[in-house]
Amino acid sequence: MEIFWYIIIAVVLAMFFILDGYDFGTGIIHLFFAKEEKDKEVIAKSAGLFWDSNEVWLVAAGGMLFMAFPTFYASVFSGFYLPLIIVLWLIIFRAIGLEFRSQFKFQMWKDIWDVSFGVSSLLLALFFGIALGNVVRGVNLGGVENGVSAHEGHYFFLPLWDSSFSPLTEHPGVIDWFTIIIGLISVVTLAIHGANWIILKTNSTINNKLKGVIFKLNIALAILTVFSLIIWQSVNPNSLDNFANKPYLLIFPVIYLIGLVGLFFIKKIKKDVHAFLLSSLLIVGGITSSLASLFPVILPSVNKTHEHLTIYNTAASEYGLSVAFNWGIIGFILLIGYMIIQKRLIGGKIDNMDYGH
Amino acid sequence: MEDMIFYDRLQFAFTITFHYIFPQLTMGLSLMIVYFKWKFLKTKIEKYNNAAKFFMKIFAINFTMGVVTGIPMEFQFGTNWAKFSELTGGIIGQTLAMEGMFSFFLESSFLALFIFGEKLMGQKLHFLTGFLVFLGSWASGWFILATNAWMQHPVGYEILENGKFVLENFSALFTNPWLLPAFLHNQFASVVTSSFVVASIGAFYILRNKQTEYGQLFLKTGVIFGLISSVLVAFPTGDWNAKNVAKYQPASFAAMEGIFETEKEGAEIVLIGQPNMVEKKLDNKIAVPNILSFLTYQEWDKQIPGMDQFEKDELPDNIPALYYSYHIMVGLGTIFIGIMALSVFFLWRKKLHKIKPLLWTIMFLVPFPYIANITGWYTAELGRQPYLVYGLLRTSDGVSPTVSSGNTLFTLLGFVALYMLLGLLFLVLVGKTINVGPRHKTH
Repeated sequence: MEIFWYIIIAVVLAMFFILDGYDFGTGIIHLFFAKEEKDKEVIAKSAGLFWDSNEVWLVAAGGMLFMAFPTFYASVFSGFYLPLIIVLWLIIFRAIGLEFRSQFKFQMWKDIWDVSFGVSSLLLALFFGIALGNVVRGVNLGGVENGVSAHEGHYFFLPLWDSSFSPLTEHPGVIDWFTIIIGLISVVTLAIHGANWIILKTNSTINNKLKGVIFKLNIALAILTVFSLIIWQSVNPNSLDNFANKPYLLIFPVIYLIGLVGLFFIKKIKKDVHAFLLSSLLIVGGITSSLASLFPVILPSVNKTHEHLTIYNTAASEYGLSVAFNWGIIGFILLIGYMIIQKRLIGGKIDNMDYGH
Repeated sequence: MEDMIFYDRLQFAFTITFHYIFPQLTMGLSLMIVYFKWKFLKTKIEKYNNAAKFFMKIFAINFTMGVVTGIPMEFQFGTNWAKFSELTGGIIGQTLAMEGMFSFFLESSFLALFIFGEKLMGQKLHFLTGFLVFLGSWASGWFILATNAWMQHPVGYEILENGKFVLENFSALFTNPWLLPAFLHNQFASVVTSSFVVASIGAFYILRNKQTEYGQLFLKTGVIFGLISSVLVAFPTGDWNAKNVAKYQPASFAAMEGIFETEKEGAEIVLIGQPNMVEKKLDNKIAVPNILSFLTYQEWDKQIPGMDQFEKDELPDNIPALYYSYHIMVGLGTIFIGIMALSVFFLWRKKLHKIKPLLWTIMFLVPFPYIANITGWYTAELGRQPYLVYGLLRTSDGVSPTVSSGNTLFTLLGFVALYMLLGLLFLVLVGKTINVGPRHKTH
């Protein structure tokens, strides 16, 4: 049952990053590449129509994590207190940026909300990457100092940064040079994904230019990926053991590689939806590879005193997980139904769709 | 440690108060939108359809606000109340996850379809999407109330040696005797808010002599829904809840009613008075003897335990705030019934739209159902103190063990600043929508 819920939550999280991920990416592209008002409007609209139903996946992931792995939920949410609250604020700025820009017609008003949408999307992409970096790197569970624990073994607290910005100190902060690199990978990946979304859903004048942008970003992504793997080895020498022991897990890095290699052919891809699927593979592959490298651990401990948090020592009771299995199945069927209905009705290009009323 | 709990509690109170401005309108309004749309299907008169679409615009603004202020609520269980989450997540995680899965998805998916899909779907399907939005928002209320009901009156659990609450009986979460009365009371109260908003916009249009056709429709619909829901909030649902509090949380009942000393011959009902915590009595009290005993137990001389019967650490920690919240809620609720009954009387005599003082009253009444709803929630939450899970887990034991008060104050200040901005923008947008009115075409 623990494994079932672990997989379900991973799927829901991956869905969130595929769906809301293109909103973040759209914001990043909007910030740097949209110059004409007509493009700005249609690009903002391509995220604005969908962000709220995409964000539901985050709420669902949070709720399921709370239900299935309460100890993990409590530990991680309180341990990463400041970055999480900052993410909440950014989510608010992102949402109001999208919802309010079309409410008044004058340019100054629109400019304010464009910046709100773009900058918060960029920072959200960065922060989600940093979060993943933190989970992969591990934290000082129990707040151990000189062998003495400050808290119970499954609690910790991380400041935003430590003055050395090094992942190898005894007290790494949330932001260090390893997590920053994972954060950058997230920004670049989601920017590619967002650009693909814009090409898929709009007729904006920068669509052709964006294909070139995707190509260049993809080069950067390939370099960052290799770089991060090398650093990962130095941060955590055992990081790839899981793949060596269970070779079938290599399917996840392969998914990532297919996306990465495929996107180099962006200019030759005929159907826009294929490019979008390739960047979705990047996201799925990236998340699942990170999770698979840790499994069954979900938060490594960097000290020897306290054991890692795993899906087994943080899970709710067997009865609770089984009951939730029953309603979870019904819920999932309904969910997929809604998505199909929604995609059928709001499919295709959205340039002429009414919005903002 | 005391400071730490103080800021955590203040942050939760502030963020939930601000959040609850929005769902209380959307839950009630979704019912009225379904009513307008149904009226249109039946009569084919265009103004009902325009009314439904107009209020869906106001709904959508409120929904956005509700979503962005609602996500922090879910996250704060973990960020600020980690110990509580760890110990009870196996139980309340069920209802919270179900809320996300069954109601929030339903509501947000079909809201987009209702707003964008009228031409694509035809009128009957459009009505259906509206109905599903209503269903989603009320189901949300149901799961949230189920969560809260468990905290007020825990059922279906087992406590392990390490202090963890483990689910023992899933269906008990939904047959909890606390749940149905609380849910109905809460939902009718949200219909009070929405009907007062609808009536208020109607009164505004009539007084401004603008879009008066819609003014008449909104006023009429608003006061009729308003009267029905105001009555249902008080009786039977309010009465039913008060009896539950008397039965399951007698210490809270004594505190919210302001009974300092037990009276052997039956308890009086306090109308006005200020709790004096030093001398343990009410100052300037106006009370009617024996009424409380009768209302609660239908026996004039039934003894009701006062606060003198309970240990200090079993009583709510902020008795004056609890007492005022409860009395403000009850007082406003009573006034609502009076004003709405008067309005419906004049509506029946076909004079309502001409009686200016009453129209002005209806227009300016709009903040008060919000206050009544929020003080109602304060009554429930302050009354549950000093516990998070009544009788079992104290509030001071539920807080995050590693988050310092300096960090909590920082985020509290951030939330205050951000929500001020949100509130301002919200008012501007709703004001603009009302000013443009339902007849405006967006094309």
